[in-house]
Amino acid sequence: MKLDLENGVVEMAHGGGGRAMAKLVEDIFVRSFDNPLLNQRNDQACFDMSAGRLAMTTDSYVIQPLFFPGGNIGSLAVHGTVNDLAMAGAAPLYLSAGFILEEGLPLSDLQKIVRSMALAAQEAGVQIVTGDTKVVEKGKGDGVFINTAGIGRIPDGVAPSGDRARPGDAVLISGSLGDHGVAVMSRRENLAFEVDILSDSQALNGLVAQMVAAVPGIHVLRDPTRGGLAATLNEIALQSCVGMELDERAIPVKGPVRAACEFLGLDPLNVANEGKLIAICADEEAERLLAIMRAHPKGSDAAIIGRVTEDADRFVTLKTAFGGTRMVDWLAGEQLPRIC
Amino acid sequence: MKYIDEFRDGDVAKGLASAIAHEARPGTRYHFMEFCGGHTHAIFRYGIQDLLPPGVRMIHGPGCPVCVLPMGRIDGAIHLARQHGVILASYGDMLRVPGGGRESLLKAKAQGADVRMVYSPADAVALAAANPDRQVVFFAIGFETTTPPTALAIRQAHKLGLGNFTAYCNHVLTPSAISSILESPEVRDLGTVPLDGFIGPAHVSTVIGSQPYDYFAEEYRRPVVIAGFEPLDVLQAILMLIRQVNEGRFEVENEFTRAVTRDGNAKAKKLVAETFEMKRSFEWRGLGQVPYSALRIKKEWGDFDAERRFVLPEFNTEDHKACACGAILRGLKTPADCTLFGTACTPEHPIGSCMVSAEGACAAYYTFGRQRRKA
Repeated sequence: MKLDLENGVVEMAHGGGGRAMAKLVEDIFVRSFDNPLLNQRNDQACFDMSAGRLAMTTDSYVIQPLFFPGGNIGSLAVHGTVNDLAMAGAAPLYLSAGFILEEGLPLSDLQKIVRSMALAAQEAGVQIVTGDTKVVEKGKGDGVFINTAGIGRIPDGVAPSGDRARPGDAVLISGSLGDHGVAVMSRRENLAFEVDILSDSQALNGLVAQMVAAVPGIHVLRDPTRGGLAATLNEIALQSCVGMELDERAIPVKGPVRAACEFLGLDPLNVANEGKLIAICADEEAERLLAIMRAHPKGSDAAIIGRVTEDADRFVTLKTAFGGTRMVDWLAGEQLPRIC
Repeated sequence: MKYIDEFRDGDVAKGLASAIAHEARPGTRYHFMEFCGGHTHAIFRYGIQDLLPPGVRMIHGPGCPVCVLPMGRIDGAIHLARQHGVILASYGDMLRVPGGGRESLLKAKAQGADVRMVYSPADAVALAAANPDRQVVFFAIGFETTTPPTALAIRQAHKLGLGNFTAYCNHVLTPSAISSILESPEVRDLGTVPLDGFIGPAHVSTVIGSQPYDYFAEEYRRPVVIAGFEPLDVLQAILMLIRQVNEGRFEVENEFTRAVTRDGNAKAKKLVAETFEMKRSFEWRGLGQVPYSALRIKKEWGDFDAERRFVLPEFNTEDHKACACGAILRGLKTPADCTLFGTACTPEHPIGSCMVSAEGACAAYYTFGRQRRKA
């Protein structure tokens, strides 16, 4: 029995524990993820660890559409978890991958997704060493859901954390905002519009490795994913009991992203990113950190966008390009376009 | 972005701000109402108030169609969405607004109702064409700007022979609401609500023209400037109003000459007149009953009227007693004066009309302007 990777679809049997499942795991997952730990085909991966601090994280991916300009749910599932590890300053080592497949998902789509995961893992220098597959009946899933968990090692002396922002610190961003959210929205069923923008989905561990090597004392690292820059900075302000003042002119947003947000009535500061990071460090280290970031291909558009302030209200404010000041608040509920 | 960045230029803004500071006379009151939520949003989003001298104050009017829709009408939409076989199509920002029972279309959706977000009534017509075995109801809201597209959708559904498309009509009229504010006893008698001029919404006037405002300017002796929604448009309009006040004029001036004419869009006006008729009275959240302030679908297009197609119970819901929205919409109070603001009433849990949409005065103040309270 051979898997029909061209016209076949996921069937309940692919999750049934029998030969069909073994075939699916072998032909799609093991073949793509191919590494010594996975190839042992045990129910777990066993490995030695060196001394020092570890970081561990998990994330589930339920994105629709499964394929979007610049990536798909598979590459995203690797980048997202790698980045969550990297935001602790950690070098990611191993990932697990759990798949919930919906009956009827074309096997060709599954293979594309898994190959993207393998490629993303290879580029990030991380191995997918254990996994799980379940199949749910048609109508009970959304094609495919993926969970990845990861483990990474933190270099000695590195300890970025959301509660370490201090008044006077500089706030840096690694590149333009909103690319991922706009790329995904442009492909949503009821919203399709043409925009020349790709998701920024990418692994940031390479960039972070250089940043923490040069400035080990970075106070905060965080990737502004759902809720965008606005939500992430508000989280940090709450954790650290500080305020922030941003300069709108310094915040990089690409023309097409600005135009799409303008058209949809959205604020790029609320739109999701999957390949950008926020760094907060002592003011005297900011220029050096900026230079390191700009020298890396994934940080070439990096910018210093504001300062941490002393503020009991923990407000994040923005000096507008127009000359006024406004709050940068959390998004209220789901991001919905305005009527006018 | 070409044709947008030019209207957000910080240097030009500085020039206008200094002209305003120069021409606004100390001791003279310049309290201007921007009627439309789009202007309110722009004022807060760009921090325009920071560029104005202390005597120039902006009062945020009721021109947000999402905000002024009474909760009973939202309950009506939720009721329709829950009918067997119905797809309810709505503009995005209507979805989370709570009705009387604290339910919203988003909550109804979570409970199984088929609620779809659309960008245009044409999308709702397309939904009806694609789902012939379902009833598609378009939740039609908005001022004069969104009314012609609803009319067009009804025509389109008729042309396509779609027996499964209806509109739940909640279109409201700008001039009637301004009249209501100016006629209110607080404004008329005591002069306690000083409104020294109005900024009129440009997009409404691209349809109705500037002419309908002539009456206010004359009857109430208040200047009106019709302005676009970019921050420089707003600053320019404020300067034009200051000049009218200084010169004792009360005229209708048009700042948005790039698209607004005196008579507006004849074709759109004709389409609207042929499809809709005035309702004798309509309830506005925060303002109460306002005579001749809303539209309903004419009898000859009754097949496309959701209120004729479905049996819709009357939902009457009163606003929270402590809610100050009515006073805020008339300029009597500011959001910060309301005891509910920022405590019981937030964008996540809006209690009053001004908090339900990003266009509302309280929501804009909460989201963009809270830091001002410290100043």
